[in-house]
Amino acid sequence: MNLVLKVWRQRNAEEPGQLETIEAPSINPDMSFLEMLDVVNERLVAENKEPIAYDHDCREGICGACSLVINGVAHGPDRGTTTCQLHMRRFHSGDEIVIEPFRARAFPVIRDLVVDRSSLDRIIQSGGYVSVSTGGTPDANEIPIPKRAADVAMDAAACIGCGACVAACKNASAMLFVSAKAAHLAHIPQGAPERLERARSMVARMDEETFGACTNTSDCEAVCPKEISIEFIGELNRDFRQALLAGR
Amino acid sequence: MRLESGVPSGPLADKWDKHRAEMKLVNPANKRRFRIIVVGSGLAGGSAAASLAELGYDVDCFCFQDSPRRAHSIAAQGGINAAKNYQNDGDSIWRLFYDTIKGGDYRSREANVYRLAQVSVNIIDQCVAQGVPFAREYGGLLDNRSFGGAQVSRTFYARGQTGQQLLLGAYQALSRQIHAKKVTMHTRTEMLDLVVSGGRAVGIITRNLVTGEILSWAGDAVVLATGGYGNAFYLSTNAKGCNVTASFRAYKRGAGFANPCFTQIHPTCIPVSGEYQSKLTLMSESLRNDGRVWVPTEGGDQRAPTAIPEAERDYYLERRYPSFGNLVPRDVASRAAKRVCDEGRGVGKSGLGVYLDFNDAIKRMGKDVVEQKYGNLFHMYQKITDENPYATPMRIFPAVHYTMGGLWVDYNLMSNVPGLHVIGEANFSDHGANRLGASALMQGLADGYFVLPYTIGNYLATAGPSPVKTDHDDFSRTAAEVSDRTRRLVGRKGHRTPDHFHRALGQILWDHCGMGRNSAGLEKALKEIPALRQEFWEDVCVLGGDREYNVALEHAGRVADFLEFGEIMVRDALERRESCGGHFREEYRTSEGEAVRDDEGHAHAAVWEFQGADKAPVRHREEMSFEFVTPSTRSYK
Ligand SMILES: Cc1cc2nc3c(=O)[nH]c(=O)nc-3n(C[C@H](O)[C@H](O)[C@H](O)COP(=O)(O)OP(=O)(O)OC[C@H]3O[C@@H](n4cnc5c(N)ncnc54)[C@H](O)[C@@H]3O)c2cc1C
Ligand code: FES
Repeated sequence: MNLVLKVWRQRNAEEPGQLETIEAPSINPDMSFLEMLDVVNERLVAENKEPIAYDHDCREGICGACSLVINGVAHGPDRGTTTCQLHMRRFHSGDEIVIEPFRARAFPVIRDLVVDRSSLDRIIQSGGYVSVSTGGTPDANEIPIPKRAADVAMDAAACIGCGACVAACKNASAMLFVSAKAAHLAHIPQGAPERLERARSMVARMDEETFGACTNTSDCEAVCPKEISIEFIGELNRDFRQALLAGR
Repeated sequence: MRLESGVPSGPLADKWDKHRAEMKLVNPANKRRFRIIVVGSGLAGGSAAASLAELGYDVDCFCFQDSPRRAHSIAAQGGINAAKNYQNDGDSIWRLFYDTIKGGDYRSREANVYRLAQVSVNIIDQCVAQGVPFAREYGGLLDNRSFGGAQVSRTFYARGQTGQQLLLGAYQALSRQIHAKKVTMHTRTEMLDLVVSGGRAVGIITRNLVTGEILSWAGDAVVLATGGYGNAFYLSTNAKGCNVTASFRAYKRGAGFANPCFTQIHPTCIPVSGEYQSKLTLMSESLRNDGRVWVPTEGGDQRAPTAIPEAERDYYLERRYPSFGNLVPRDVASRAAKRVCDEGRGVGKSGLGVYLDFNDAIKRMGKDVVEQKYGNLFHMYQKITDENPYATPMRIFPAVHYTMGGLWVDYNLMSNVPGLHVIGEANFSDHGANRLGASALMQGLADGYFVLPYTIGNYLATAGPSPVKTDHDDFSRTAAEVSDRTRRLVGRKGHRTPDHFHRALGQILWDHCGMGRNSAGLEKALKEIPALRQEFWEDVCVLGGDREYNVALEHAGRVADFLEFGEIMVRDALERRESCGGHFREEYRTSEGEAVRDDEGHAHAAVWEFQGADKAPVRHREEMSFEFVTPSTRSYK
């Protein structure tokens, strides 16, 4: 297939960026989207041009490193799929593909398509854990957990922390991400004691990191590669209100 | 090179307890006076950094990804072993120990493996307390599966995302310590050298991958948890960033590299589909519990698999290994696949593939049950290959997956360079010549949560604080060498990308140091690799500057190290004149094609010592003696 790419190029956080048109002829439809970019990069280098920078690592849809807004959609056109798992057979010869970074105030551009998502880590650091230290824990089977509760916790825990939810949201809110972590821990007994405090501190940190507020547009759910449900946002909102009432 | 394992005396089951009782302790009030450098934030590094900080040490933790949560451990699918015996099926610490040491083909240390089995039970308790959502039964207790051909059900799992959930547990514990300011996390930072001063590891040199800044870090001890080197082969199931740089730099500063040729080739991966292929995708081993592996009886059979009648199919694993069938260990299954493909009976366009067929399973259990068990894997397979595995058999082929070799460590997980500790896949590990499924996660967490936090205390209490700070000559000299090397790479206007050389190296290693190895091929590789290395330095193209975010530079540095390291893998394979585990020397096999181990001459770890840039490294040995088990021939017939 022959494609025309419009790729966001930006040297660093300070300099302005712009879309650059790059021809991508003879692309094999069995390639993944990132393999297509690899090939484009090889060709750029052969012409003594600098390769396009993009984040990636596992290429299996689990590490959350890959990003990219493809034709206006975070992670591209396939539902429940990360960019690294998207294949070129999804496109047609002659297509023009616009490739941009995940954009949000809380995600400054580092270079080209690479952004800084450490704000998400700082939200977890503010309370996205159970406060236990290594050692001295009870036998794993001491507290039975209903299968349903464990399954819901796992649904939420499946979040890969990619930030697509933020990129898709017109307010650049991180509520889907935050609520997924909150729900993972809130649904199991080990996480219950700190439930309200956790909700309060993670939401506060989210605000400090300049993420926007959630207005329930559910664009986040639509692009989430793990199809995490916005029901968790409702749960987090309830916990957050309760935490405020309890004065935590 | 002194290679003293330091295994405590006494009965196997008492060694670790006895050792813990005898080790020196650091006074709690003094712990914060010690600074520990942990390189890596995967299961091993993440769990270690968190646990050390909880104990009171100050920790600097480094990773090259943008977040510690993205370490390669995240990708593990299948599960983690522990000798809990929750299923009442006769499991025990002894049995897990025995399976692991036998599975490793008797090339690992008894005492280490026993300790691993012992602490395995604590790992599950710890993870559950952190909130890891393991799979559960309806009664609310933990579920287990049998994995990788084990005769008992001892594998704990969280859907197909066990590595992710375990890593998130460690990441959360780490995040808590970052919040408490006990751990300083340095992301997008690559360790490029180890600083050794007065014979002791005292720090590291890093490059900030965003700004290009080269910095020095001093510590009282250094812990490498930098993962495996499977990407030496270019194509592997590892994440793209996995590399040997940290371990290799440490090797060049005097740390022994043990058994570099011990690599694991996993039998169930999606075959290569084209030249552009950037990595290989693992299909979980659990598929072999219900899928049947076969190829056509005759070579060159071009019919669609569903059109080939039963009588013209060769279920070669069931035929050759009637008692284990499709569940033979990884090394055996991989070699058997290679053999049928070498005979010209491989399937798919390239002829490098075998079928994994679920037709009988669907008939037996119904499509719904198959979907429930393997739905996500089938979905992934279909996305990648555009073929529907419910209707037509999957095509699979072996791929590089894990490296049992690594930096040599003693019982305390310390290398021969005092102060340098190595944990997780980066050390030469408890898996001998072949790792069993679900045991890498176990080892990474055992090392990080339950072994290193004790043993490092013994080192610090004995050696005391490091007298050397970053203004010392040894730091400036090492940092200058790193800068020099970076400058030698950057701005090279050759004709080929680092990727080009990486692929070429991968092909040499795969052809001559892969599933089947022989002296002629290895000798050939020993000529080809230095030639390729020379070509690299003459013709590599690295555009951009060194003081900025520069992916090509990053990659070129890693490839340069693989190009040197690959040669040591080959040397090691050449010198090990036996077949054991994943190391199959074609000269040492029975008339039926099974591996022949040489316990008289090779029951040892081969440990390589760097001698200087253009000199051959020296091979040392640590003998593996077996006091408690008797090495037997692994037979799965
Ligand atoms: C697809 C796949 C599936 C698997 N499934 C299973 C399974 O089901 N069960 C099982 O037991 N095992 C499994 N394994 C093996 C297991 O996942 C790994 O062996 C294990 O996770 C390695 O953990 P680690 O902490 O040692 O290293 P890693 O997780 O690889 O972490 C390495 C860390 O070191 C850092 N690092 C590396 N080099 C540098 C450097 N130079 N400077 C700074 N930082 C550096 C990285 O940033 C990273 O944080 C699987 C492996 C793969 C590839
Ligand atoms: S590269 Fe890991 S999720 Fe895409």
